[in-house]
Amino acid sequence: MDNKQLVLSPSPHLRGSNSIKRDMYIVILALLFPTAGAVYFFGLYVLLMLAVSIISAVLVEYVAKMMRRRPFHMDGSAIVTAILFVLVMPPRSPLWIVGVGSLISIAVTKEMFGGLGHNIFNPALAARAFVTVSFAGALSRWISPVHSLLADGVATATPLSESFSYTLSKPEMYKALFLGNVGGSAGETSALLILIGGLILIAFRLIKWQVPVFYIGTVALLSWILGRDPLFQILAGGLFLGAFFMATDYVTTPLTTKGKIIFAVGAGALVVLIRFYGTMPEGVCYSILLMNAFTPLIDRHVRPKVFGAVKKAKKEAA
Amino acid sequence: MNTHVLEVLGLRRSAGVHPPSNKLGAQAAIERAPLPQTVILPLQQHIGAPAKVLVKSGDEVKVGQVIAEAGGFVSAPIHATISGTVKQLPTVASSVTGKGVPGVVIESDGKDEWIDLSPADPDELSPSEIISRIKEAGIVGMGGATFPSHVKLSPPPEKPIKTVIVNGAECEPYITADDRLMIEQSERILSGLSIVMKALSVKRAFVAIEDNKPQAIARMQQAVSQMKFPGEVSVSVVPRRYPMGAEKTLIKTILGAEVPEGGLPMDVGALVHNVATLAAIHDAVVLGKPLVERVVSVTGLVKTPKNFLVRFGTPAAALIDLCGGSDERADELIFGGPMMGIAQPSFDAAIIKGTNCVLVKKSDIREEYDCIRCGRCIEACPMGLMPLQFVNLVKHEDYEHLSDFHINNCVECGSCTYGCPANIPLVSYIKVGKVELRKLGVK
Repeated sequence: MDNKQLVLSPSPHLRGSNSIKRDMYIVILALLFPTAGAVYFFGLYVLLMLAVSIISAVLVEYVAKMMRRRPFHMDGSAIVTAILFVLVMPPRSPLWIVGVGSLISIAVTKEMFGGLGHNIFNPALAARAFVTVSFAGALSRWISPVHSLLADGVATATPLSESFSYTLSKPEMYKALFLGNVGGSAGETSALLILIGGLILIAFRLIKWQVPVFYIGTVALLSWILGRDPLFQILAGGLFLGAFFMATDYVTTPLTTKGKIIFAVGAGALVVLIRFYGTMPEGVCYSILLMNAFTPLIDRHVRPKVFGAVKKAKKEAA
Repeated sequence: MNTHVLEVLGLRRSAGVHPPSNKLGAQAAIERAPLPQTVILPLQQHIGAPAKVLVKSGDEVKVGQVIAEAGGFVSAPIHATISGTVKQLPTVASSVTGKGVPGVVIESDGKDEWIDLSPADPDELSPSEIISRIKEAGIVGMGGATFPSHVKLSPPPEKPIKTVIVNGAECEPYITADDRLMIEQSERILSGLSIVMKALSVKRAFVAIEDNKPQAIARMQQAVSQMKFPGEVSVSVVPRRYPMGAEKTLIKTILGAEVPEGGLPMDVGALVHNVATLAAIHDAVVLGKPLVERVVSVTGLVKTPKNFLVRFGTPAAALIDLCGGSDERADELIFGGPMMGIAQPSFDAAIIKGTNCVLVKKSDIREEYDCIRCGRCIEACPMGLMPLQFVNLVKHEDYEHLSDFHINNCVECGSCTYGCPANIPLVSYIKVGKVELRKLGVK
């Protein structure tokens, strides 16, 4: 037996196959479905937005890491943020605004707070909130699906806006909403494609089914109680995209399943509040951002049951 | 809330992880390893006080002769494992802590001469006689924890033992020593169980085996039905899930009871003994034979993984040679399983009472990233803890708040670290945290 130098590492000496990179690339795979839908419904311009978004996001992350003197890892997280940002933007957003979005999502929301794992708010949604408020005029143009790669598109009202009206029968309208054949943000319109992506995430055990079910369920239940059409409320707008891809973000949502359910119910209630009683037509983005702010509080109070936990009273008596 | 509702919502689940089993030596029958020329016996092979040396250089010793006596109640004597001459009393690295402990080196005379053994009929021994024979034989928990067995068998009168659980789970990957022992020597294990049940007047016992060992299950079931016990004994097949063999997890799985935090199995009336420990108890009580050897799996990156009956103090290198040598990629030697085993500094490290496995492997050291709060460590933790919080607190040197998150409930099973996508060595942070917390004197 040769006496070579042996490695003395602490236990466990066995590691599983999980990695941040693997997680992120599975999310990207899942995002391909709503992304393909966005291109199908709203044309090649969406691809241009994606290219600008991804390139600028990776670049901003690289520069930010250099400035913070931290190692840069191509772990895919910037790409996920960049794709999500495009999917929640109007399909004809000016490209320079997409670039500004990367600056806000990556530099301000993520890196300024310490990088991946330390941010409080969902980067893509924080950037969307920022550009929507800052460049309201440039982002007010919504188009109906063009079904053509190059057509410019006709201005339309999105389903949740007050001026929205439809000529179709109710079942046909539900079908249009489910398939995504309506106006809206680039990647939010097709519940079907988002659902496929979401099921991929659930199948790979990346997200908990409880989050979308409780989030969407809360919106449906409260809409029904308040006398609105629950099916319309859950299919219209960005609820599905938010429920499967944003409210399930690891970094900005609670750690425990119980905490995640509280988060989802809270976000669902906020969506209803904003949609029915607020001044904005849509509330998914703000509902998640607001609940992001509550995440540390939820994590402080919602903890798993410790094995063999001794009852408090008993402990004090002892 | 109703437990069924909680289960549907995913709020009640079985924690743990499913690393690949890799039971490479499962079909390799136990072989007796040749007697070593020299043995190195560290005088601390157990949890508790080190044993006190009784021999000096030049002494002639026989197999089974006490060379060091127990250094306290929670301690165990150590016996010569070959016959020959005591050569020196060096300081050796403990295979448990890595720290220097006194040791005894014996050179073989090749005769394998034993001390006179005094067999006994367990039916004619009183409980205290049984326990003292176990104590004198130097028996400790052989599943790896090495807690002196006689201490476990001496519960205070207010905490009577109602159930004995025979731990044949062997949930760590690679290890096959207990599996082979159950297949080949089930009567010896069950005789040990019978003795323990008699000593503590226990009327109920379960033999717990993970469902990936069908041969052992069949063999133990057959032996249970053929033998007589002082109470009811049954084989309980448990699901394959690491760390099923951890005492508290096993008790919960079989009895549904949770050992209270900071408590011992006796607090829920349970006593858990590993199968190899029970076999050793049989030898000690029936044959009067002290603990000088055990079954060890030699596995991983060796040519032919095997299971050996090995005298303590045998260097790992000798066993690896018997398996046809190791692969050249190998750069790590683990005593125990890959999840909780201890890395050894050299191939000359000596087998001791708690060494159930010699695992030769390629190291897998990964770059550590920041936590992404995925919560997998929380889901994996069998003790209901939030392991990532310990990392945060230790990184911020905020040690006093570690107890708010019940750090001392951690059994260091490694499930959290196994599944961490950010490659954070959570167990290492937790170990540091426990030490720092103890320094603060906080309970």
